[in-house]
Amino acid sequence: MQNFSYVNATSIEQVPSLLGRSWDDAVVMAGGTDLVGEMKDYAAVPKRVVNLKSIEGLDYIRQDDTGMRIGALTTLTDVLADSAVSQDYPVLHQAVSVIASPQIRNMATLAGNILQRPRCWYYRSEDFPCLKKGGARCYAVGGVNTYHAIFGSGPSYIVHPSDAAPALMALGATVNIHGPRGANEVVLDDFFTMPEMNIRRENILRPNEIVTEISIPKPEANSRGMFLKVRERESIDFALVSLAAQMTVVNGTCERASLVLGGVAPIPWRAVEAEVYLRGRRITEARAESAAEAAVEDAAPMPHNGYKVEIAKNLVKQAVQALAA
Amino acid sequence: MADRHDEARPDASSHSESKSGTRFTRRGFLKGAGASAVTAAVAPAILVSEAGTASAQEAEGVMSATISLDVNGQSHNVEVEARTTLADALRDRLEITGPKVVCDKGECGACTVEMDGKLVFSCMTLAMDAQGRKIETVEGMADGDNLHPIQEAFVEKDALMCGFCTPGFLMSSKSLLDANDNPTPEEVREGLSGNICRCGTYPHVFEAVMSAAEKMRKGG
Repeated sequence: MQNFSYVNATSIEQVPSLLGRSWDDAVVMAGGTDLVGEMKDYAAVPKRVVNLKSIEGLDYIRQDDTGMRIGALTTLTDVLADSAVSQDYPVLHQAVSVIASPQIRNMATLAGNILQRPRCWYYRSEDFPCLKKGGARCYAVGGVNTYHAIFGSGPSYIVHPSDAAPALMALGATVNIHGPRGANEVVLDDFFTMPEMNIRRENILRPNEIVTEISIPKPEANSRGMFLKVRERESIDFALVSLAAQMTVVNGTCERASLVLGGVAPIPWRAVEAEVYLRGRRITEARAESAAEAAVEDAAPMPHNGYKVEIAKNLVKQAVQALAA
Repeated sequence: MADRHDEARPDASSHSESKSGTRFTRRGFLKGAGASAVTAAVAPAILVSEAGTASAQEAEGVMSATISLDVNGQSHNVEVEARTTLADALRDRLEITGPKVVCDKGECGACTVEMDGKLVFSCMTLAMDAQGRKIETVEGMADGDNLHPIQEAFVEKDALMCGFCTPGFLMSSKSLLDANDNPTPEEVREGLSGNICRCGTYPHVFEAVMSAAEKMRKGG
């Protein structure tokens, strides 16, 4: 890890001026579980690291009639322990429960989890100057692409590693962004960006902007949610494929479905075709299967990751049936 | 960076050595060599935005500093760089070598310590972030020569083979049982899910934790 200058921020307002105009100038750090690893791998070599943990009052979970607001410094452990989260937002609770290990959940924040950089082994290796690092090619193309994207058409084939992001997106969550010109709120569907928009990043944040809060609207009365994750190890592993599902089902008929896949695309991947198919339909096994087929209609697997298509289908079918039962 | 291979030995011995404050010649040499490389670095000039909410000095931050670390109830002053991890500060500067650096990526759990009562990976924690926090390592578990009930259970149940992962497992086990003295086997597995044993002696570790829990409930 290259040494850097460490700055303790004392207020949100101060942060944009502490950050720079380029990602090489300065980055923010909260839990640090992703950033420190990135710096050790020289995937990130910032001149300055701005510590957010020194800012008071960013660690909170607040609930009212309209929904829930979670501060940028709230750890995954605190989210997991919150009874309102487990009761009213089970998809989020279940997602956080399968993230990493107790040690990481104690350190890492919910906001940091959705801002994680790719786990792609080419991106994380110093030996591969890939597109994400300003290089000329994506080494997953023609390389070993077992864990890479099955959706999106490149030019980078990373997958978004977060478990919390699909869950929050399925719940229609928004993030509060603070930058030099103040704050604005963006729904997660518009927050994450595909490689063709900015090959170097996975979301709209500029180098001098930070996420200060995540807001989740209260789910509809008849709405239920669940999170499914398939991984190679039972513990401390990233998803091969995950699915966050939130469905409103009345008398066996789906009024609304929100289905977001993780581990399959450079961003949390909303299965729009499956959502549209399910709307207004009475759920049967055959229809759950049709929804699963619709979810992977646009999949274009690489030579080594075709198995992800089958997992994605199985997860969609399983969740749709379970939430309609 | 100190060569870590010279410490590949079971931890039972380092426990008593560090308690008595014994200095190892080899470590002492490495420590001295490392310290000479730490010099005050000049922070790069930076742009302060038009808003000017950060003074130039605040915005520059520090590249190295002398910090105070509270480890097992003892305060230590130590000079670290911004990039120095807590694991490296403990091991290479303070000779507190219970926390092991194995993967150095927050995946294996060998460097696990408690910070303000919460289990963390010391290899992913910056030393500067540990300032003013209460750090507990495996060295603080036993009461003098009396092993902690969890340590006793690890011995009784033969819960280690090479022993390199043991300090991390002990810290995770302690944190688990401090919060829940009557865990189910599933809760034990979950509580220890951040620790890897490459020898594969998990069944004995789980057995030891269940046995220690029973002993601790009886006030042992």
